[in-house]
Amino acid sequence: MSFLKRLKEKFTAQTDAVTEKFKTGLEKTRNSFSTKVNDLVKRYRKVDEEFFEELEEILISADVGVHTVMELIDQLKDIARTRNIQDTMELKSAISETLAAMLRKDDEEGALALQNGQMTVILVVGVNGVGKTTTIGKLAHQLKQQGKSVLLAAGDTFRAGAIDQLEVWGERAGVDVIKHQEGADPAAVIFDSVKAAKSRGVDVLLCDTAGRLQNKVNLMNELEKVKRVIEREVPGAPHEVLLVVDATTGQNAMSQAKIFSQATNVTGLVLTKLDGTAKGGIVLGIRHELDIPVKFVGLGEKIDDLQAFDPEQFVYGLFMNMEEEEAE
Amino acid sequence: MAFEGLADRLQSTLQRIRGKGKVTEADVKEMMREVRLALLEADVNFRVVKDFIKKVTERAVGQEVLKSLTPGQQVVKVVHDELTTLLGGEQSKLAVGTKPPTVIMMVGLQGAGKTTTTGKLANHLRKKLNRQPLLVAADIYRPAAIQQLETLGKQLSLPVFSMGDQVSPVEIATKALEKAKAEHYDYVIIDTAGRLHIDEVLMEELQQVKEIANPHEILLVVDSMTGQDAVNVAESFNEKLGVTGVVLTKLDGDTRGGAALSIKAVTNLPIKFAGMGEKMDALEPFHPDRMSSRILGMGDVLTLIEKAQTTVDEEKAKELQKKMRDMSFTFDDFLEQMGQVRNLGPLDQLLGMMPGAGKMKGLKNVSIDEKQISHVEAIIKSMTKLEREQPEIISASRKRRIANGSGRTVQEVNRLIKQFEDMKKMMKQMSGMMKGKKKGGFKFPFM
Ligand SMILES: Nc1nc2c(ncn2[C@@H]2O[C@H](COP(=O)(O)OP(=O)(O)OP(=O)(O)O)[C@@H](O)[C@H]2O)c(=O)[nH]1
Ligand SMILES: [Mg+2]
Repeated sequence: MSFLKRLKEKFTAQTDAVTEKFKTGLEKTRNSFSTKVNDLVKRYRKVDEEFFEELEEILISADVGVHTVMELIDQLKDIARTRNIQDTMELKSAISETLAAMLRKDDEEGALALQNGQMTVILVVGVNGVGKTTTIGKLAHQLKQQGKSVLLAAGDTFRAGAIDQLEVWGERAGVDVIKHQEGADPAAVIFDSVKAAKSRGVDVLLCDTAGRLQNKVNLMNELEKVKRVIEREVPGAPHEVLLVVDATTGQNAMSQAKIFSQATNVTGLVLTKLDGTAKGGIVLGIRHELDIPVKFVGLGEKIDDLQAFDPEQFVYGLFMNMEEEEAE
Repeated sequence: MAFEGLADRLQSTLQRIRGKGKVTEADVKEMMREVRLALLEADVNFRVVKDFIKKVTERAVGQEVLKSLTPGQQVVKVVHDELTTLLGGEQSKLAVGTKPPTVIMMVGLQGAGKTTTTGKLANHLRKKLNRQPLLVAADIYRPAAIQQLETLGKQLSLPVFSMGDQVSPVEIATKALEKAKAEHYDYVIIDTAGRLHIDEVLMEELQQVKEIANPHEILLVVDSMTGQDAVNVAESFNEKLGVTGVVLTKLDGDTRGGAALSIKAVTNLPIKFAGMGEKMDALEPFHPDRMSSRILGMGDVLTLIEKAQTTVDEEKAKELQKKMRDMSFTFDDFLEQMGQVRNLGPLDQLLGMMPGAGKMKGLKNVSIDEKQISHVEAIIKSMTKLEREQPEIISASRKRRIANGSGRTVQEVNRLIKQFEDMKKMMKQMSGMMKGKKKGGFKFPFM
């Protein structure tokens, strides 16, 4: 469903309660000072513009992206007009609801597509340094705690020390790692890993890949090849292709999501480094334009610093500055 | 496409102005709205954008634009120049201590590219400046960070100093300096662990390392894809450590790189190097004028020209330039060029540098896909000599023949001819710029 539709639905559901509130407020005005209504409207308009300008800045400074922000602001202006919202506080709750709704659809679970009675293969992709390997370590730990047996595939044969790094995470999580030499063909590593995972009968195979910038055509082809190996060896796999996005990233994350999706059909995002001051607002645009949900967030470098994505909490984070500024 | 360049953005506004013949203040304002959007889309911090727009508007309204005969060109030029000035002069020099070793400390967020840049810098010092660097593995936190640096050292045949991950970075730095002094190294480059600028404990650790190492350079390594938060990161690191310069990494990607401007604006630190790839020689001086073209989405014309100049044979280049100027460029030249262009490096990267290339969808596709390039080759090779020289004679029946001969479709032949014409036009513009000086000669189809 389109963003606009979702937004509309969300609001038509709420309209009754809200108009009820406004009726009472409005009645007073109408009854006592009919002449002041005009004044009020004037004042309201001005405050409104300023408020929207401020809102625009907050969203932009959270990396939401001009395009999405402008669309959002237009919608909210419409809502404010049609529902005659004058209290910015009132609109604020509408905003967070709107944003949260944009990030998750009602019928969506947001959890990993773990297979019942069959091996689940998860491919982890992304640009350099975003946190792929760390996320795999954390995820392995989490799955293991849920009682799943897990195997890791050291598909980054390119970056110096990448295999060692994954092995350390394997030790930490208490799971095995299938690896080749540095410089080996990643598709071959993945092939062997799938074979090993099958013969061991593990529940989940997590495949690490080398970081690559999405505009490197040959590297993206290599990734497609890796995915094809998985597809061939396990029908229906990979069950998840997780694109790891660094929350510090600006608008380029959109290009990352687009091009990685074209190559590997991304099923979900992992938004890392949210423990910093960056807000990761670009995921709004990614969800809106490409319809890719966020599944996890990374909140630190420790093994249990991975959490399921919570839209409300995320939106609250976006507005943290606003609350602070208003408190000042 | 979400990321239109400023040139594309301004097009409609400028066309309207050209129709009127004169630019009003309101027109400038409208153009500045587009500039603002272009900058925000390029990830320039919104506060920095505000200041910038204010400044440029003053300049633009004040004189240049209103007096100008080609207002569009002037506005873009004013914006571009102002951006270039803001980004600072070209600086790829590293500090030199009065007495060796010169100490360089690498700092930054997680995943920014510190370790890779450490290797590249060492390689630069060794290969270009003939200096002997000692690499120091002081990232004791990230798993296998030490192995990563050691592997790079091995690849470069350069020594790496490490004490494992059970010793504090302060102690590692102390011992490394002792060794460097005793063994007369010219440079010591300390690779530190990535950390958040708000992590007080780890930031203090860096301060301690700084205290004992007395670095001549503290380089902040920043991912060029960084968004609005770049200002916070740069400000914090600078406040706490007194950074001396910035290295911008992953610029071989397709990011606009507005972070460069944000960082420069809030810290005024020089941007010393640009990381352009994963290989150890992919470290380049930072070029402010190219960066502003890139931020504005004008294509990195100068880089392209420079690349072409170093790779393409001088004699041939001259001949080509002449041909480009008089539009006598033929399919034969095109074929030959393709061979040379292949030597320039990844085609997609090259194409990203061309102004307007983003708009020419067909051209982009052909050039990015190596397989299609061989199709193009096949098509041209099926043309007669005369057809190659005068593509305008290629009639429908000739097209069918060419398609048959090359095993491609008539549509493909059509597309190629169209692209060829587009390219010819573009080359004519570029040749104008090559003839002119380095600065300012930009010209866009709509001006
Ligand atoms: N603060 C913080 N740091 C993180 C988080 N996730 C990863 N990191 C750090 O980011 C850095 C890069 O993480 P990696 O897991 O090596 O990233 P990668 O994507 O595998 O990198 P390449 O394989 O080199 O492309 C490491 O220093 C991690 O500790 C997070 O959620 N928060
Ligand atoms: Mg990795």
